[in-house]
Amino acid sequence: MNFDLTEERQMLQDGLRRFLRDQYTPDLLAQIETSDTGTSPEVWAGLADMGVIGALFTEDQGGFGGAGFDIALVAEEMGRVGATDPLIDTGILGGGLIAALGDEGQQAMLDDIIAGTRQLALAHGEPSSRYDLSRVETTATDGKLTGRKAVVVNGGAADTLIVSARTAGDVADTDGISLFIVAADAPGLMRRSYPLTGGGHAAEITLDNTPGTLLGTAGQGHAALAAAHARATLAISAEAVGLMDAVRTLTTDYLKTRKQFGQPIGKFQALQHRMADVLIEIEQARSAVINLAGHLDADTQTRDTHVAATKTLIGQVARLVAEESIQMHGGIGMTQEYALGHLAKRLLMVDHRFGDTLYHMDKFIALAVA
Amino acid sequence: MDLNYTDAQIAFRSDVRDFLSDNLPTHLSDKVRDGVALTKADHEEWHAILNAQGWLAGNWPVDHGGTGWDSVQRHIFEDEMTKANAPRIVPFGLAMLGPVLMAFGSDEQKSYWLPRILNGDDWWCQGYSEPGAGSDLASVRTMAERDGDDYIVNGQKTWTTLGQYANMIFCLVRTSKEGKRQEGISFLLIDMNSPGITVRPIVLIDGGAEVNEVFFDNVRVPVANLVGEENKGWTYAKYLLTHERTNIAGVGFASAGLEQLKRIARAELSGGKPLIQNPLFAARIAQVQIDLMAMATTNLRVISAAAAGQAPGAESSMLKVKGTQVRQEINALTMQAIGPYAMPFVSEALDGDNDPVGPAYAQAPTGQYLNNRKLSIYGGSNEVQRSIIAKAILEL
Repeated sequence: MNFDLTEERQMLQDGLRRFLRDQYTPDLLAQIETSDTGTSPEVWAGLADMGVIGALFTEDQGGFGGAGFDIALVAEEMGRVGATDPLIDTGILGGGLIAALGDEGQQAMLDDIIAGTRQLALAHGEPSSRYDLSRVETTATDGKLTGRKAVVVNGGAADTLIVSARTAGDVADTDGISLFIVAADAPGLMRRSYPLTGGGHAAEITLDNTPGTLLGTAGQGHAALAAAHARATLAISAEAVGLMDAVRTLTTDYLKTRKQFGQPIGKFQALQHRMADVLIEIEQARSAVINLAGHLDADTQTRDTHVAATKTLIGQVARLVAEESIQMHGGIGMTQEYALGHLAKRLLMVDHRFGDTLYHMDKFIALAVA
Repeated sequence: MDLNYTDAQIAFRSDVRDFLSDNLPTHLSDKVRDGVALTKADHEEWHAILNAQGWLAGNWPVDHGGTGWDSVQRHIFEDEMTKANAPRIVPFGLAMLGPVLMAFGSDEQKSYWLPRILNGDDWWCQGYSEPGAGSDLASVRTMAERDGDDYIVNGQKTWTTLGQYANMIFCLVRTSKEGKRQEGISFLLIDMNSPGITVRPIVLIDGGAEVNEVFFDNVRVPVANLVGEENKGWTYAKYLLTHERTNIAGVGFASAGLEQLKRIARAELSGGKPLIQNPLFAARIAQVQIDLMAMATTNLRVISAAAAGQAPGAESSMLKVKGTQVRQEINALTMQAIGPYAMPFVSEALDGDNDPVGPAYAQAPTGQYLNNRKLSIYGGSNEVQRSIIAKAILEL
């Protein structure tokens, strides 16, 4: 039993933490909030230089990590500063699917991804699919795609999209889903990009007879999508823990310094006990992330049980931490200008990607209870 | 024990309903239903319509141009207003300042300011909270020093709701540093157009700017604008806070929110079936509906006792805590119901003619959820309310 980081991971964590702390100033957050993409190109280039994107890939794929604990480490640090950079979209989803399924020519794209010169997004969810992985109405015939994709995170900035489309079967079948590599400027593709609550951008994407190149085996895309979603769920859950730590620091500092009725409000037992509950739940969340990171490459049933358990708990704790920290701050916690707002909103939005507490509770019941 | 309304109360409800159906402009009710921010002109239009009917001041006696309604009638009126998606009545002049002037103002102040409130000549805002005086309101530090026939005011107020529209502000100011903190506070009416006043908007986490900071730099205020006696403002402030706490449970808002939640949960699909058929989600809706049913009756019990002349005590604090819990849970479930479409950021300024991302019903819930975190913070935070309840029962 050893919960310590290896020496390499410790170095990566130290370097990344320092880099992000220097980069993610209040000015930068204000600047990216009004930018066209919701991210900073300079930070992205810096992350690539440091090898942070490479840490998401194995040595075979051109990286130097790729294990669950690498993903968790990087994502947690990103969360600590409320970073909006599309590591999940470009690295884990887009890059991860190419690494898992791509032929030799397609794999060549990984060099650009790791170097930070190519942006990707996974266009999978649709207006009525909610969080269901197998519900795909977009169709592909002879490599031409037609349909609509919803809330595609980083979809506006991406040069390359991985698009799911149905090539066989019924609308909710797991069989018959194929994945395609589609250039963002391909004919018939339209994007409408918009900002997200908590930072970053997403796009609504329509495809009308848009050409794409098959990625992997036709009709067999579902298993790869599920594996990529498991890794993305780990990343967003670890990011949430980083966000929780940052929110906790702000809140404990506030309880110690804000004075009402002649004393720091942290002297009031009512608030002490609430803060204690928040701390207990954050440690639960941290352990849930470790559980998932350690079982990411286990058999599908074990992996998915941990995905469901971790994401359920993360969603619950995220809401608790965000709501309690705002409450314990009082009015100042309601303001955009104070650092808490951005972090709390980002934390709340974690429950709206890769399945919410409801979706994963249902999954967990089916996998481990019923 | 009779849970039914009297015939007269039923007839009154029917009158209110008919009036709203004939006189509430659809361009206003549409905005309220869709969670679109109302403009100053929208509020003024609705106030003028109610005033023409004589129904603007539901909590004022007839002598001063009010309706003279009892608390049950006021409840029925507010209930029907919410069901009809009518804009809420802006409370600062009507619900807050008006009762204080009637109880403690001079005859000149009453005859000058009260009709102006009804006619919409003034837009009032509330100058209570300060950066260092939130839950601990008695620690206000904004100073008013006497200089001839004027006070000279220096300091800062914050969380001033809709202060950007206001031409007048009622303030708690410190006129003495002697004795207990509560004993050196006075209640002053200040013209927002006075030299030395600066208003700065505060953007909230939903992106909207409904609250402000108000700065006072050597602002001259005529002594005639002092309400009641100098250094007795704390008494008036507490009186005002009890009026602020009427309709504190927000039963009408909760009922409207629950209906909207169910509409959305029927329209949203999860696994190909309506979300409302998901047993886990249905259980959470059921829980909040059960809480709301009981709370609505608690609310009526308090209203009924008030109509019989009993002063509410810890009950209004109980209603504040439970009411905000119910409303915030409904907001959270509604945000959850819209799924991934909770993520797009929709500006509060939602002008109505922009093409929405996702379903129309998905535009408001995230902003409303974020904005309504304020419910358990303002008007005496829920922690303060629990302390009031505990003090009343434990007597320690």
